[in-house]
Amino acid sequence: MSDEYDNNKSYQAQSSEVLDGSAGSINPDMDYVRPAEIPEQDLYHAHSFIEKWIFCQDAKVIGVQYFLTAVFTGIVGLILSWLMRLQLGFPELAGFMTAEHYYQFVTMHGMIMVVYFLTALFLGGFGNYLIPLMVGARDMVFPYVNMLSFWMFFVAVAVLMASFFVPGGPTGAGWTLYPPQTILEGTPGSGTGILLMLISLSLFVIGFTMGGLNYMITILQARTRGMTLMRMPLTVWGIFTATVLAMLAFPALLVSAIMMTLDKVLQTSFFMPTILKAGEVLEYGGGSPILFQHLFWFFGHPEVYIVALPAFGIVSDLISVHARKNIFGYRMMVWAIVGIGGLSFFVWAHHMYVSGMNPWFGFFFATTTLIIAVPTAMKVYNWILTLWRGNIRINTVMLWCLGFIVTFVNGGITGIFLGNVSVDVPLSDTYFVVAHFHMVMGIAPLMVIMGAVYHWFPLVAGKMLSETLGKWHFWITFLGAYSIYFPMHYLGFIGVPRRYFEMYDSPYMTSTVGMNEFISVAAFIVGAAQFILVFNIIKTLKTGKKAEQNPWKANSLEWYTSTVPPEHGNFGERLPVVHRWPYDFSVPGAKDDFIPQTTAPSEVANTEVEKT
Amino acid sequence: MHAGIIFLLVIVGSILFHIFTPWYWTDIASNWGGMDSTITLTFWVGGGVFVAVCLFMVYCIFRYSHKEDRRAEYKPEDKKLEKILTWATTLGVCALLAPGLIIWNQYVNVPKNAIEVDVMAWQWGWQYRLPGADGKLGTTQVRNIADDNPFGINPDDPFGKDDIMIESDVINLENNRPVKILLRSVDVLHNWYVPQFRSKMDAVPGTVTFYWFEPNKVGEYEVLCAEYCGVGHYAMRGGVEVQDKADYEVWLSEQETFQQLSARYEKLNVDGNKLVKK
Repeated sequence: MSDEYDNNKSYQAQSSEVLDGSAGSINPDMDYVRPAEIPEQDLYHAHSFIEKWIFCQDAKVIGVQYFLTAVFTGIVGLILSWLMRLQLGFPELAGFMTAEHYYQFVTMHGMIMVVYFLTALFLGGFGNYLIPLMVGARDMVFPYVNMLSFWMFFVAVAVLMASFFVPGGPTGAGWTLYPPQTILEGTPGSGTGILLMLISLSLFVIGFTMGGLNYMITILQARTRGMTLMRMPLTVWGIFTATVLAMLAFPALLVSAIMMTLDKVLQTSFFMPTILKAGEVLEYGGGSPILFQHLFWFFGHPEVYIVALPAFGIVSDLISVHARKNIFGYRMMVWAIVGIGGLSFFVWAHHMYVSGMNPWFGFFFATTTLIIAVPTAMKVYNWILTLWRGNIRINTVMLWCLGFIVTFVNGGITGIFLGNVSVDVPLSDTYFVVAHFHMVMGIAPLMVIMGAVYHWFPLVAGKMLSETLGKWHFWITFLGAYSIYFPMHYLGFIGVPRRYFEMYDSPYMTSTVGMNEFISVAAFIVGAAQFILVFNIIKTLKTGKKAEQNPWKANSLEWYTSTVPPEHGNFGERLPVVHRWPYDFSVPGAKDDFIPQTTAPSEVANTEVEKT
Repeated sequence: MHAGIIFLLVIVGSILFHIFTPWYWTDIASNWGGMDSTITLTFWVGGGVFVAVCLFMVYCIFRYSHKEDRRAEYKPEDKKLEKILTWATTLGVCALLAPGLIIWNQYVNVPKNAIEVDVMAWQWGWQYRLPGADGKLGTTQVRNIADDNPFGINPDDPFGKDDIMIESDVINLENNRPVKILLRSVDVLHNWYVPQFRSKMDAVPGTVTFYWFEPNKVGEYEVLCAEYCGVGHYAMRGGVEVQDKADYEVWLSEQETFQQLSARYEKLNVDGNKLVKK
């Protein structure tokens, strides 16, 4: 089968001309879609309970497994944040907590939320569930490797959690794990705790690589007939680009974890200079602590976009479906995702303006960082322009999307403060940074996750979540989270440094005590509100209303499976054939306000479709 | 409808909070007012974009909420609009970046008349060293650090002999005279940070880093460690006292030089056992 595109034939389905059936006879070729190039893949069907639900090769089950494991780690991270806020807001009630505990909670909260919760949830959870369904594949291309990927992640989580129970406790080095303190006494958990952390991260990277190869190759090679790259839902584009970033960025983390393990266990000096400790010169010499920071942030900054890009993609789809309008500027959105992904590898040292690296780097990294603001702003404009002249359903899903826009723009703007090198100098290492990154990569992606849960739950479970509970969940979470992080920026202006176990004995900081208590109370409420979702899910599974197929009237393929919830193999006897992009909403001349991707042009001959 | 109203209140509340907040900058006491101005500029531009985007969103909620009999507009792309928005954003970003880079250029170029201060950090404390009459600091090495040489000055370095040693976590600075802070650490990362001076930089073991500022308000200030350095991080405080020239000279004349310290130790006949830090 040749890959060449035959220009002699008229492929109406792939042109961008306006199709107007009223003009005359319908071109017999207008429904033409290129034949499949490879035969269908054989699926290994499960034969037992264990194969079906535990060591399962179905990407949908693996997605749910990833999701549940990530949510478990997320709850641990949430509890840790409560403990931190208890210490900061009401230290008299936190008498049991020492500075060691506090720093261990800070560290584990950060690492869990960024890597084990957000990354695993977006790529492992949504990626596994949605990629094959959305591109029209029966499963991931390497189902067995996919299964191994989850179980490697599971072991990584187990090792991470085990570090809570070893002598000395988990590492308290801060999630950035900056040497030399990470592996020296004086930092909590500098013995077994840090080793387990490094091992767990290495396992995570290995497991994630197996999953990531699957996501990339499935998207590139296993799309159904007619599903061109520029007809993919933006969710798939976001997850795809994030996976490519992960494949390039995680090796840097793996390398730094290996080197640090060697520094710890074999006393090598990759990151360790000559050090005087308790009057003794240690057996280290010649290493560079800043080298670690470069490696870490070469991973760490793309990591931000590994979380953000799937969120961008998913929220675009949710907004489009619930505003009943095509996503505005689809091509711009795709190029913005790809562009942001590419640029994200050239900005890492903006985390290091005051790290002691050569200060001349500042000029370069400030410029690249602010360049990223342009494609990011374009995405924001396109989201709100999608709402404009839409027909917006203000339901729970849409509320989460609107909450995302507010928090993401807020956090994006403060990012311009921090990226602009000299503005970063007074603000870095203060609570301004904490507020910024929680707003932009904590709350904003969380809003998308929640929106996605309410949106796709009917597909996964076949039942509709309660809208009333959903709205309560949203408003408490959104208003609460906003009142945690919006005022927190102002703590940073005062100059309150982050990672302080206690701090209010400084004269100019005493005015912040009231605010700190307020933030803590808000944090307790927001955390507790997440259990509304747990309750909602349990209640819905027991007594919820059965979902009809495609309850949101969406166009993308996951809603057009043979059964709801989709069975192994997804699409029954025949794979769907795709004739258009997934955003044909409210097309003039069409009977309904949506045209599924599988609808052939001849079936909706009188519509004025601009792009198919 | 209530959704639109609540979102609107969030935006209005944010603006009011910003106007009436009692929590804002600690009064500046250095030359880096330009950083504050750039932050203010970023607030106007960025805050304006935030408010505009959110208000547009709220407008859409009110104007375009779902009605069964209405259809959304079908218009996949608007090249002209996208072009305008791209260029407007690029322009705004440049307007913010330019002052940022100009001030950074000042930040990395230390004035020639700046006095050098060696700030030595360890877990968990600070001490300081000033150049003596020759105006130059002697070179140092971690391995030289001992009771009779708390800064690890190379004994063979002639510039080191008259260095003034301040074995205290408080240092005095002369008002209106630029200071070049030379940072080093004997163990882990630290960061010598005075919020009123706005400036900061990490101290990195194995290398010497620097930054500069010019204090312009007489007074006492607290030094905070701004880079996580282990369990005592939050307690790693120090102090700065900014004085007028006359007071400063008096204070300076009372400090001990390296030579004097060595002589004192020789007199006490203490052998060069290594210093035990807390």
